Amino acid sequence: MNRPYVRPMAGWWKRDPFFMRYMARELTAFAVGAYAVILCVGVLRLAQGEAAWNGWLAALRSPLSIVLHAVLLFAMAVHAKSWFEIMPKTMPMIHVGGRRLGAQTITRAGWAATLIASLVLIALVWGWR
Amino acid sequence: MAESLKTIDVEVLRYRPEQESEPVWQRYTVPYTDDMSVLQALQQIKDDQDGSLSFRWSCRMAICGSCGMMVNGKPHLSCQTFLRDLLPGPVRIEALTHFPIERDLVVSVDGFVKKLESIQPYIIPKEPRTLAQGEYRQSPAQLEQFEQFSGCINCMLCYSACPQFGLDPSFTGPGVLALLHRYNADSRDGGQAQRMEVLGSTEGVWNCTAVGYCSEVCPKGVDPANAVNQNKVNSAKDYFLRFLSPRGSKS
Repeated sequence: MNRPYVRPMAGWWKRDPFFMRYMARELTAFAVGAYAVILCVGVLRLAQGEAAWNGWLAALRSPLSIVLHAVLLFAMAVHAKSWFEIMPKTMPMIHVGGRRLGAQTITRAGWAATLIASLVLIALVWGWR
Repeated sequence: MAESLKTIDVEVLRYRPEQESEPVWQRYTVPYTDDMSVLQALQQIKDDQDGSLSFRWSCRMAICGSCGMMVNGKPHLSCQTFLRDLLPGPVRIEALTHFPIERDLVVSVDGFVKKLESIQPYIIPKEPRTLAQGEYRQSPAQLEQFEQFSGCINCMLCYSACPQFGLDPSFTGPGVLALLHRYNADSRDGGQAQRMEVLGSTEGVWNCTAVGYCSEVCPKGVDPANAVNQNKVNSAKDYFLRFLSPRGSKS
């Protein structure tokens, strides 16, 4: 008798810790999206004039906003970490000086680029004041 | 003597379509020695306890790719998974997930084989060569480009590690895409354009969401996640470059 049984997929992400970590990575994308929305609102308020812009700045300084930003920053750090870990999988073989670049080196290069970009950004913003 | 034998409980997900509408767990107590694999436990059950138990196996040395199954929820080749590492038990054995169960631990492989055929898993020579022209020459660097991916034994463990395949069985999947890359990356091969239709489709690399578990469970150290994800770049290049070179103008 040929009657293949197809097992349900409901709750698949709870079956393995690996899948849970994957879902955590995917969830942190919402934090990235949320922060993009906050910045877009800032641009919109800027276009509406000085009062609107200052109102947005004041809203950012509220305790609720600071807690939200701390949560978003943490989620973004998790997001970056998980993506830098999978980054070597997205690349063809890279040879430097005849030796193949290891996965860990590629991941570290991602972190280094993030660090440099962040430092440059912070220096620019502080320099502006 | 019989009293001193060590035993371990083994639970097997049974499915006999003629008597069950859905799979049920069945428990067996298996005498074991330190060198026994999960496959040997199943063989002990089939030979001495319950001849109706169905499972696939062949080589017993991790090269035929037949005996893949879920052992305690993770995809493994049962021949290289040892009972001593699973103490004190019980060991839960289930057919590879994401595949339809035909009977007990036997899954349906039709879809996998069709996908494998669709990628033309053989070298399509760049140009016809005569014997007089001699052999193809390949440098160690050219060999390295595909060697790792040629380790695939079609055991399908990576499909059981891939929720995207479970959610959408039309996904070509990690194993077949790794083999596709194995031939595409071979300097002797000229079949890239022919394989692009499969590779660049929704059922091809774009169904992958970079879970990455496929590469973790591979018993042969193949890295399917790498094969799939680097080909997203190739597929994107193929898509955008067509606007630069009119169709058919490429040799």
